[in-house]
Amino acid sequence: MPAAESYPDDLRYHPEHDWARVDGDEATFGITWFAQDALGELVHYEAPEVGSTVTKDQPCGEVESVKAVSDVVAPLSGEVLEINQKAVDEPEIVNEDPYGDGWLIRIRVSDAAEVGSLMDPETYRAHIAEQ
Amino acid sequence: MEATSLERTPLYARHVSLGARMVPFAGYEMPVQYEGVIEEHRAVRTDCGAFDVSHMGELHVDGPAAQAFLQEVLSNDLDKVSDGEAQYTLLTNEQGGIIDDLIVYRLAHGQYLLVVNASNRQPVYDWLKEREARGTEVRDTSDEYGLVAVQGPRSIERLGLAEQPAFTHELGELDGIEVMISRTGYTGEAGVELCSAGEDTEALWDAVLARGATPCGLGARDTLRLEVCYPLHGNDITPETDAISAGLGWACALDTDFTGVETLRRIKEEGPARKLVPFVMEEKAIPRQGMSIEGGGEVTSGTHSPMLDRGIGMGYVPAASAALETRLEIDVRGKPRRARVVSKPIYRKEQ
Repeated sequence: MPAAESYPDDLRYHPEHDWARVDGDEATFGITWFAQDALGELVHYEAPEVGSTVTKDQPCGEVESVKAVSDVVAPLSGEVLEINQKAVDEPEIVNEDPYGDGWLIRIRVSDAAEVGSLMDPETYRAHIAEQ
Repeated sequence: MEATSLERTPLYARHVSLGARMVPFAGYEMPVQYEGVIEEHRAVRTDCGAFDVSHMGELHVDGPAAQAFLQEVLSNDLDKVSDGEAQYTLLTNEQGGIIDDLIVYRLAHGQYLLVVNASNRQPVYDWLKEREARGTEVRDTSDEYGLVAVQGPRSIERLGLAEQPAFTHELGELDGIEVMISRTGYTGEAGVELCSAGEDTEALWDAVLARGATPCGLGARDTLRLEVCYPLHGNDITPETDAISAGLGWACALDTDFTGVETLRRIKEEGPARKLVPFVMEEKAIPRQGMSIEGGGEVTSGTHSPMLDRGIGMGYVPAASAALETRLEIDVRGKPRRARVVSKPIYRKEQ
């Protein structure tokens, strides 16, 4: 079952429809409800390699539905500590639970100051209302 | 706004009220999906799905010379088609290229209906009109009709119809609505295409859904046709590609005279330099139209197969790489991904 639309308060959002959950010097990324809804049922997730470096505003993987492919854009910079193998094996988990079991990667944040540039849920909701 | 310039089929309001995601396609606002492409695809493979294909073009060609005229411009042998029958055929240009692939229906002596791709409605009409011989009249009647495809193993049963051979048609009635019932489709499943007057199409759609068909969008239409290797004009076949290279020689009666036949005979004689082949991915990746195939080929259609749960596609490759089981390497956004040439259809129902 697809998830119902939501933008949790504890997350920070990137305009390219990705989210970050910051926890100390680590952060978890995923795509927002809006992104997964626009793509439709995901059938493929191309993850970055553990140990590679991701850069804020740059692609750090791809998600694909039957009809379309989209970059996952890194909301923050850092080193990839873990990828969600479940999202690789069963990409539909991203549709079902985009902020929980459908997370994509976990990183060590290299520049904590970048967090300040991300949007809170209210600002992000206003951003998608313009799309 | 772009949306205001798009046309709508008689079922537009139905799609919106069903919550379809509407997209521009061939100048129409069409439903790409209702609940989801994969679910709709499976409904057609296992039960019954309904598609609005009212965007497709209908051209009537009438007159005492209609048969002779169409025989000269269409690739297949029209003389084999009797009243109540239909035929898959190609409209070819002088170079043997494919202006459109279409289905021609013989309604009666000297009365033919051509159902053409939506995006080719005007080029086909213009091509025929320019060559219209004395004793034929070509009319574009697309706006008068709605067309609903009902496809899937249970579709005949759900519609309460009798079994009939493929590529036949008859006038009939479905729940009180007058329809032309054609045993044709674009999914590889049993089914029909129902043509009604435009003002009856909403009632027809409602009747079909009330009988248990799942509404299906263009997304599923594309994955279904690709699993069974039906070419899509504009992707796999174009005015620049010929029928022999595309594997459509079976739809070309090379012993008859039609536009471009000499070129096609020569290509058949010499063997095509490139061939359109179906392939499946050997690793996790989804091929897409336009991706290059190592060694001088190109993907013309690609998707994720809901039935096989892997990437599938079709593309042109050099003839030397067209044999079954040949390994291909597809450039998926800079990453080489392995694929393998397979036989048609890519998806075959387990018996």
